[in-house]
Amino acid sequence: MTTAQNPAPERSVPKPVFTDAEAGARVFPDSSSRQYNYYKPQKRKQSVYEDVTVDVQPDPRHYLSQGWLYGFADGRGGYPLDWTALKAWGQDKEAPQRGIGSGGMFPKEWPATGWHEFRDPNEEWELTFYRNNSNVVRQVNQNVESAKLSKAFEQWNPNWVRFVEQHVGAWMHVDHGLGLYLFANANRRAPTNMHNNAISVNSMHRIRAAQDLALYNLTLSEEIEGFDGTAHLETWKSDPAWQGVRDVAERLTGIDDWCEAIFAANIVFEPLVGELFRSQLVQQAAPRNGDFVTPTVIGAGEHDFAERDLRYTTAMFELLTNDREFADHNKALLQDWLSTWTALALSAARTLQPLWSQPDAKPPRFEDGLDRVKSRFSGIVTSLGLEAPKELAQ
Amino acid sequence: MSRQSVAKAHQKIQELSWEPAYHEPVSQYGTDYTFQKAQKKDPLKQVLRSYFPMQEEKDHRVYGASDGAIRGNMFRQVQERWLEWQKLFLSIIPLPEISAARAMPLLFRTVPNPELHNGQAIQMIDEVRHSTIQQNLKRLYMNNYIDPAGFNSSLRNFQSDYCGTIGRQFAEGFITGDAITAASIYLTIVAETAFTNTLFVARPAEAAANGDYLLPTVFHSVQSDESRHISNGYATLLMALADEGNHQLLARDLRYAWWNNHRVVDAAIGTFIEYGTKDRRKDRESYAEMWRRWIYDDYYRSYLVPLEKYGLEIPHDLIEESWNQIWNKGYVHEVAQFFATGWLANYWRIDPMDDKDFEWFEYKYPGWYDKYGAWWENYNRLSKPHGNKPIVFEEVDYEYPHRCWTCMVPCLVREDMVMEKVDGQWRTYCHEMCKWTDATAFRPTYQGRNTPNMGKLIGHREWETLYHGWNWADVVSDMGFVRDDGKTMVAQPHLDLNPKEMWTLDDLRKCPPLASPNVLLNEMSDAERTAFATRYVKGGPGGRPGKD
Repeated sequence: MTTAQNPAPERSVPKPVFTDAEAGARVFPDSSSRQYNYYKPQKRKQSVYEDVTVDVQPDPRHYLSQGWLYGFADGRGGYPLDWTALKAWGQDKEAPQRGIGSGGMFPKEWPATGWHEFRDPNEEWELTFYRNNSNVVRQVNQNVESAKLSKAFEQWNPNWVRFVEQHVGAWMHVDHGLGLYLFANANRRAPTNMHNNAISVNSMHRIRAAQDLALYNLTLSEEIEGFDGTAHLETWKSDPAWQGVRDVAERLTGIDDWCEAIFAANIVFEPLVGELFRSQLVQQAAPRNGDFVTPTVIGAGEHDFAERDLRYTTAMFELLTNDREFADHNKALLQDWLSTWTALALSAARTLQPLWSQPDAKPPRFEDGLDRVKSRFSGIVTSLGLEAPKELAQ
Repeated sequence: MSRQSVAKAHQKIQELSWEPAYHEPVSQYGTDYTFQKAQKKDPLKQVLRSYFPMQEEKDHRVYGASDGAIRGNMFRQVQERWLEWQKLFLSIIPLPEISAARAMPLLFRTVPNPELHNGQAIQMIDEVRHSTIQQNLKRLYMNNYIDPAGFNSSLRNFQSDYCGTIGRQFAEGFITGDAITAASIYLTIVAETAFTNTLFVARPAEAAANGDYLLPTVFHSVQSDESRHISNGYATLLMALADEGNHQLLARDLRYAWWNNHRVVDAAIGTFIEYGTKDRRKDRESYAEMWRRWIYDDYYRSYLVPLEKYGLEIPHDLIEESWNQIWNKGYVHEVAQFFATGWLANYWRIDPMDDKDFEWFEYKYPGWYDKYGAWWENYNRLSKPHGNKPIVFEEVDYEYPHRCWTCMVPCLVREDMVMEKVDGQWRTYCHEMCKWTDATAFRPTYQGRNTPNMGKLIGHREWETLYHGWNWADVVSDMGFVRDDGKTMVAQPHLDLNPKEMWTLDDLRKCPPLASPNVLLNEMSDAERTAFATRYVKGGPGGRPGKD
């Protein structure tokens, strides 16, 4: 090489600068105040969940001194407390009336209403949520894949194939409908971020469970000769055994009061109908009919409900039934809702009864299963300080 | 999952929805738009079986980077000027994110196409992700950056501070009023499709240039979700366009949403990028250059203009006017100057511009120094409590501005100020368009058409009203913008953390009381008001008072 090489032009890049801007580099007022100081933790220490959740959704009774800025056509903005008939202490006290020279009128004592005391016992935020749900879908995928590899579906008797294509398939519509039009819908309605985030996570559990069943159905269509992947549509639409469930599921999505919607779905419908179908029928009948796969798919949804969604729901309603100002008011209303929805749920449960006789190898008796879910339901209800409704005797 | 199986899986989940036979889902939000029920395609094509692991993997990368930043002592190289502005930004942004989650149900009943609802539900949970991941980023800054003040009181501050209130429009606009105006046009068509480009793409680049690579890590992860949300908005927009009866409303909403986003986002992000940086390389893009690229070319010319052939009335005039505001009228510079003027009402530190900054501004915006240089020299001179008052009380040829009733950014381009009596109250607006938004668009009739679902502007929209007549020490104390010694202010007009150089409530106690421009305006006689308006519009640039 004889030609001189041109020096490479200097690239224009930002230069690192030593700024010494790390914690502890100097001492000055506030230099060690490294906690969010605007809320009180539920326990002794602030949790990460609380740090990323509390007070993100503001409240004019608290720091929101200029109030809501945009309203609906009736002039109401934000998250009106009367979107549910239930009440939390302090809410009947007049909100600060701010105006010329009023200052911020920030309350000396907070919370100003009991709504803000709620914390999701599952402590769900994005990191926990994606971790949990990824684990679930991975596990479900692996179970189904293992079953495919071991030709496990060949053990199914023809009646069980029909049962899964029609009835297990039909449940996906319940999950999907409630996930979207009850739970996702309710995430706009509650007065705190803690409520709405927990509800939105619940929504995604249901939508995921629906998709798990749909995709499982797709796999079975590919793996089992003669498996009718569309049979669930007709079953859901016109099988008389499912019309009670469909009626109640649709009625649930029609509830205007967000607390009633969550309560009716998670305290009444799921224990009496959801768990009856999943735990007392499918989980019991499947192994006897040579199927060890379906319980793992439907069990994922069952686990979400029993271990997560029910847990935040009871924590939410326990606060309201023990409310220091409105406990009686709330209990009376909840007791009414219990009566209404228990009657509807039990009626739907009973219309499902013919399903118990369809598999070749029978599950435990319908009445035994119903007794079990009634007993569990009574436990949930009494733990909230409510009475088991007389409709339970139906 | 393979691409083919994702497509098949997505096709399969279309079977999930069903037509109600016994009871309709509750209908809680109204719209004046009409939609035909027709088969549509889910634009997101997302199946949760692949979505969750994808998001988890993105989380691994984000949290891995967070660990790396702490172990590698990133904060030894972070520019304080940059991190201080994040106290404002990260106090605002988690609310818009979570409000976007809350907005999705507004579309369920108003857009009667179940194929779109799957995508909307995924957007909902994406937004929960964004809100909490951003709160966590702020937590990390609070724990590891030299000055936690302002991060530690973040959400209280945001909810009571006027800057937070301006930012809050970018959240409340998503969740109230006409469902389509809010959750579709304002949120997805304009805020997400146009302005997240500067929010989540342009801004992180500036963060990295200031030694902060955590913000790009988090926000690029967020932006990878936004691109999916844009598809949601596009699908709804095409459906709305299919009905000619919607075109008038679309034109109205695009004008409102565009202008409001310009006023709010350009004010905030423009300031962060231009005045929150120490990177003064001449070949790095200015906010105006970024805006031209990301918003004018990428959004306006590539996305919006092609929709014209489908009947969408594009607000060409407003897009050109926004550029005019940024390029010719110094909108961003006027806003930054105002933030600095009112530093004492805030909860972060704003340091003076120096010679290097001046040189860069003059290079990027010729004529900048003549307009703003002397004022920033004064800001530097008055930045420490050495017998002087905060700059807002000193003679620096700057008139404290009136606030815009609509966008709540003050009327900074003085010549554009418009005054009008609306709903029995004299109001000032920063521009004719903001007057139009309040007096014409957000009303129950529009151009003779009934619009009963249109929202309303509500609330105490001028922050100063609440503190009219108060001593400034009491104002700052009431808002809680005080450090743990009970007297040193969170906000400072410099970056020196020597306690002797920091402003305290005692310094503020000596200042004149706060006067609300709007209260005073309404106390004026008609003649005084006319004289005020005539003089005000002769003011500027750089806040210079108008001459009679």
